[in-house]
Amino acid sequence: MSMTATVGHAHADPHHIGIVIEHPGPASKRIVTAYGFWVFLLSDIVMFSCFFAAYAVLSGQTAGGPSGAEIFEQRNVAIETVCLLLSSFTCGMASIAADVRNRFWFYLGMAVTCVLGLIFLVIEFREFADLVARGYGPSRSAFLTSFFSLVGCHGLHVSAGVLWLLTMMAQVFAKGFRADVLRRMMCFALFWHALDIIWVGVFSVVYLLGGAP
Amino acid sequence: MSDQTHIPAGHDLAPGEEEQHSVGERILGYVVGLVLALLLTATSFFIAGTDLVWQPSIPVALIVLAIAQMGVHLVFFLHITTGPDNTNNVLALAFGLLVVFLVVGGTVWIMSHLNGNMPPMDQIMRMRT
Repeated sequence: MSMTATVGHAHADPHHIGIVIEHPGPASKRIVTAYGFWVFLLSDIVMFSCFFAAYAVLSGQTAGGPSGAEIFEQRNVAIETVCLLLSSFTCGMASIAADVRNRFWFYLGMAVTCVLGLIFLVIEFREFADLVARGYGPSRSAFLTSFFSLVGCHGLHVSAGVLWLLTMMAQVFAKGFRADVLRRMMCFALFWHALDIIWVGVFSVVYLLGGAP
Repeated sequence: MSDQTHIPAGHDLAPGEEEQHSVGERILGYVVGLVLALLLTATSFFIAGTDLVWQPSIPVALIVLAIAQMGVHLVFFLHITTGPDNTNNVLALAFGLLVVFLVVGGTVWIMSHLNGNMPPMDQIMRMRT
């Protein structure tokens, strides 16, 4: 019924500002869930922005320790970036497969996403372990503190994402493509894509800008 | 329960949800996004290590490329568009961006001014004694 009221004005007033729509009832649970999760993701991004601000302020405060240009390895960062980007793509493929209820492509997409996420985590963990072994741990200088907290916080999010991913595969295996499982899958896809957006900021600001001599 | 998964036309879209497309079109959208994102990433890494361009322009170029890539991710992966069914999602995003710019921009601005206006640390120490 709201359709008949809106369809004539759709072009003149696409955002329905000027007309009173008959109440179409509450939004479907899928929209409410995903919107709530979207608001959470935005607040998560706000939290990351504080870490970014701290890094921007402290990136020069090396206290006699190493600067970014001395410890960052562009090759590793490039591999990590490509891993996350491809995993975002395969996650998108898995969510399409979930929407059309195709188990094989869902499991394949999720498995590839999981492997790419794990490769990312292994490279990052080895980078951190290597820095700590050389005496450049988070307590060495304010620059390294902000570096470890920003990149480490993103790494923690990716770890949580991998756990969530495995949970989703198990839920689809045990419960099938039920409506509630599909809602969770949708939130997971949002989460994973948002992590990739944050990583774009990380590799640009931390590694490329901060690694400049 | 109101566990309906189909969305009536003319209604709002959840974030991350596309308008009804065929599977082929949806996959094509992700492929386009992936190619654009890879191109922008490759450009970022190339710009950061090159001597071909004027050096002071590199930080600006990197920031512009990063924002462009975030836009590509938002449109092609998260499906945030300017369509009428996406108004709520875009408004929430706009508010989030406002807070992000206030936090980052404000911090960098204030701290750089503080740095510029403060005497060096050894002078402060001498003033105290």
